Amino acid sequence: MEKFVVALGKRLINRVMTDAGKSIRRTYKKKMPILWWAQRSSYLHFIIRELTSLAVVYFVIILLFLLRAISQSEPAYIEFMAMLRSPAIMLLNIIALFGLIFHSITWFNLAPKAMVIKVGKHRVPGVLIALANFAGWLVISILIGWFLL
Amino acid sequence: MSQTSYECDVLIIGAGGAGLRAAISVAEKDPNLKIGVISKVYPMRSHTVSAEGGAAAVIKDNDSLDDHAYDTISGGDWLCDQDAVEIFVREAPKEMIRLEHWGCPWSRQEDGKVAVRPFGGMKKQRTWYAADKTGFHMLHALFQTSMKYSSVQRYDEWFVTSLLVDEGRCQGAVAVEIATGKIAAIKARSVIICSGGAGKVFPFTTNANIKTGDGIALAYRAGVPLKDMEFVQYHPTGLPFTGILITEASRAEGGYLLNKDGYRYLQDYDLGKPEPKPVLRSMELGPRDRLSQAFVKEAEKGRTLEGPYGNYVHLDLRHLGKKIINEKIPFVRELCMKYENIDPIKEMIPVRPVVHYMMGGIDTDINGATPLSGLFAAGECACVSINGANRLGSNSLTELLVFGARAGENAAKFAANQNGLSSKLDALYLDEVQRLNEQFLHKTGGTENIAEIRKTMHKIMDEGAGIYRTNESLIKSQNDIVELKERFKHIKISDNSSTFNTELIATLELSCLLDIAESIIQSGLHRKESRGSHQRSDFAERDDSQYLSHSLAYKRENDIPEIKYKPVVITRWPPGERVYGR
Amino acid sequence: MDDNLTIMAESITFEVFRYKPDESSEPSLQKYKIPWQKDWVILDALNYIKDNIDGTLSYRWSCRMGVCGSCGMMVNGKPVLTCATFLKKFLPGPIRIEPLENFPVIRDLVIEMSDFLDKLKSVKPWVIRDEQDLVEEEYVQTPDQLADYKQYSMCINCMLCYSACPVVALEPDFVGPAAIALAQRYNMDNRDQGNKERMEVLNADTGIWNCTFVGDCSVVCPENVDPAGAIQRYKVESASHWWKNLLLPWGKG
Repeated sequence: MEKFVVALGKRLINRVMTDAGKSIRRTYKKKMPILWWAQRSSYLHFIIRELTSLAVVYFVIILLFLLRAISQSEPAYIEFMAMLRSPAIMLLNIIALFGLIFHSITWFNLAPKAMVIKVGKHRVPGVLIALANFAGWLVISILIGWFLL
Repeated sequence: MSQTSYECDVLIIGAGGAGLRAAISVAEKDPNLKIGVISKVYPMRSHTVSAEGGAAAVIKDNDSLDDHAYDTISGGDWLCDQDAVEIFVREAPKEMIRLEHWGCPWSRQEDGKVAVRPFGGMKKQRTWYAADKTGFHMLHALFQTSMKYSSVQRYDEWFVTSLLVDEGRCQGAVAVEIATGKIAAIKARSVIICSGGAGKVFPFTTNANIKTGDGIALAYRAGVPLKDMEFVQYHPTGLPFTGILITEASRAEGGYLLNKDGYRYLQDYDLGKPEPKPVLRSMELGPRDRLSQAFVKEAEKGRTLEGPYGNYVHLDLRHLGKKIINEKIPFVRELCMKYENIDPIKEMIPVRPVVHYMMGGIDTDINGATPLSGLFAAGECACVSINGANRLGSNSLTELLVFGARAGENAAKFAANQNGLSSKLDALYLDEVQRLNEQFLHKTGGTENIAEIRKTMHKIMDEGAGIYRTNESLIKSQNDIVELKERFKHIKISDNSSTFNTELIATLELSCLLDIAESIIQSGLHRKESRGSHQRSDFAERDDSQYLSHSLAYKRENDIPEIKYKPVVITRWPPGERVYGR
Repeated sequence: MDDNLTIMAESITFEVFRYKPDESSEPSLQKYKIPWQKDWVILDALNYIKDNIDGTLSYRWSCRMGVCGSCGMMVNGKPVLTCATFLKKFLPGPIRIEPLENFPVIRDLVIEMSDFLDKLKSVKPWVIRDEQDLVEEEYVQTPDQLADYKQYSMCINCMLCYSACPVVALEPDFVGPAAIALAQRYNMDNRDQGNKERMEVLNADTGIWNCTFVGDCSVVCPENVDPAGAIQRYKVESASHWWKNLLLPWGKG
């Protein structure tokens, strides 16, 4: 009798093992499309925001070339300024300017997320922090403008 | 080749508040013990997460352990074991402080000390709270703390189908790994069941889908009696249709219950006189069973409102004001706005009594031990009993900690004293595999639809074993359930996959619910008195001479459960009149 | 206008993602027509399908009141809690239900989440204290001190933020928004002294520095935890900590 039970047991173990073996875990993983960033407006907004940092780089490069042109002879400087006035460069500058403005606005709007300021017991509302940044931007722009003009 | 046999020292079935507290208790008591925590859902999904109001423990100077004990005992209509209650109220503050040290974000007074609020049936303010998401914060604090201990091995999303019992000792369990369908034996030197209650045996309940009493059925089928199963708590304020809980805290903060005439009807039911501010142990702060019974009586008089999802009354919070509602009961506001399109700051909330908690459960002693050697239980699935015939709000969250810890400690002690495990466990495991294959996994044919059987069970329980029961209603329910259990044998399982088969799990859960339904009905039939939440229209008075005892339901093969009794332990509070509002 | 629309609808079509590895290695989209009920949430509809039409549909759910975090799924391409999302928002339909994105799918709408649990554990989400001083009393924590971290303690582990985050998709080892918010919950709790212990995981490449502040995590979070804010704040803290160490190495560190 015992042998029978053991044999039966062995058969059941096999059944169980095969059952367990049959149900191997095959999970399904969706592949991320190359244009993943175009699928949601929030992702598109994010990518554009990140790309506008190139506008910053662009203006820095222009500034460096301007400095170089100033340090060189007067003809070199005049040539450089003429190049800046060419339609192609003007267009590029306008696009880059919009990029830069977009970059700055999104940056200041996100600032309150990284800085939680408390006055006594209360948290300063995020809107105020953002506005303070914008105000600072405006003031500095006015000051620089006044110096230059 | 997949592993089908596991071993540990203490196996904990259920990873809610009680289970996690027990695991931490074992880990701290003896770091050398291997702990297995098995749960059919990930721990943070356990139903503890839905508890809202608070957890009671004496900490204020104007309060005393005896006061808490008396409130609990009278709240339980003297069916509570007073030795257990004394231990409970004594351990409660220590456990709550411990949880605070583990990071639980209790709401605070201005001076930084823990704050307490009033609660139903309590003479003093002693309910600790974390806004109105107390259970959520307690569960997450416990779960996150449990991650600290390397001796805890979790089996997430495994469903236990039976206990391994040999030589009169519980030595582990057999479980299905839900994701793969693999059946394995988990052998252990002691087992603690912390799997929660079984509100899903009724159609309208605050309980989550997972509250199907699986652990209660496990013990029941292993020969352990179920104590006081007839005592089912109806919470007075659930949202119609969804049954979502509106916490008692809304009444503790000052809410009124109004009938269709805008009248605070509780004053007609010996619950005191209406005052503008909440009065402890009076009116809306009376015990839950009396409030739910008052609703039924109001409905009989035609003074409740009629709605598309049944009749209801109004919970009025408007006079509390925006500040109190947003600070003390923000979750209540959120739930009302989302599920009823109502802002409680401006409108009244429709509410009706809803099944919420089971006072009854696995018979345990004050150490969490069941009559089966090696088997322990704690939490809602267990009945110690500290809740008696009616639980006071905010006692059950504390109960999870106190008895989760005690069961853990004692299970650890038991496990450390065991020399070995029986050699027959593998054979028992194979028997269980065969049973599962025959009755569920490889079942063919079958004609009955799961949802139909479930719906029928709901109808039987709602009509026969509701707030008010009669001999006729219970006998009819008994016959109907027997018939339903026969129909269940022919259940059709359309999903024959082994990968995350939720239909299989739902069927196993339904079989547990049917066993539990039967125990509730039989226990109710035998108790020929009215006490707490068990109300018999044919025996309307409390009868201490015959029934100052716990009912014990024993499972019998192919027969209705056998009901025996065991006397309630009375120490310092002889049975008295249960008085509220006077 | 809205009411007319709700009265007129009698049924609504669901397109549900199905994946049964026992039968096929390719997923499919199955259509179900269900009766329209104005008070139903998506979960009610799924339960109707399971009870009456197709018992083989597998999905997770439990509390049905938005607190357990089980029932997250993609509904028309957005990660939501199906117990808290009403059908009427999607009239006239059809409504597409898919498993949470950025997780491997075990079956139908059930995703593999053990990785997520590991990430939570990696940030040591428990109170770390040098001295276990108080035993008999609670640690003092004023309502203001509680308010400092309260928001980050509200996470229900629903993983919607992981579905919304493109970095989780591109860098699977990224510890992720919920885990970092949980770390911050303890870092900012005055009872905890474990900032240093969590630093290594948070400062790693797969920690906060993987985050490029897309911000979608905070948008989809049903509990207003604002994990994006938690991460940015830690970036500022981590950077200033680095500067302090560089310039004042003899300081408290």
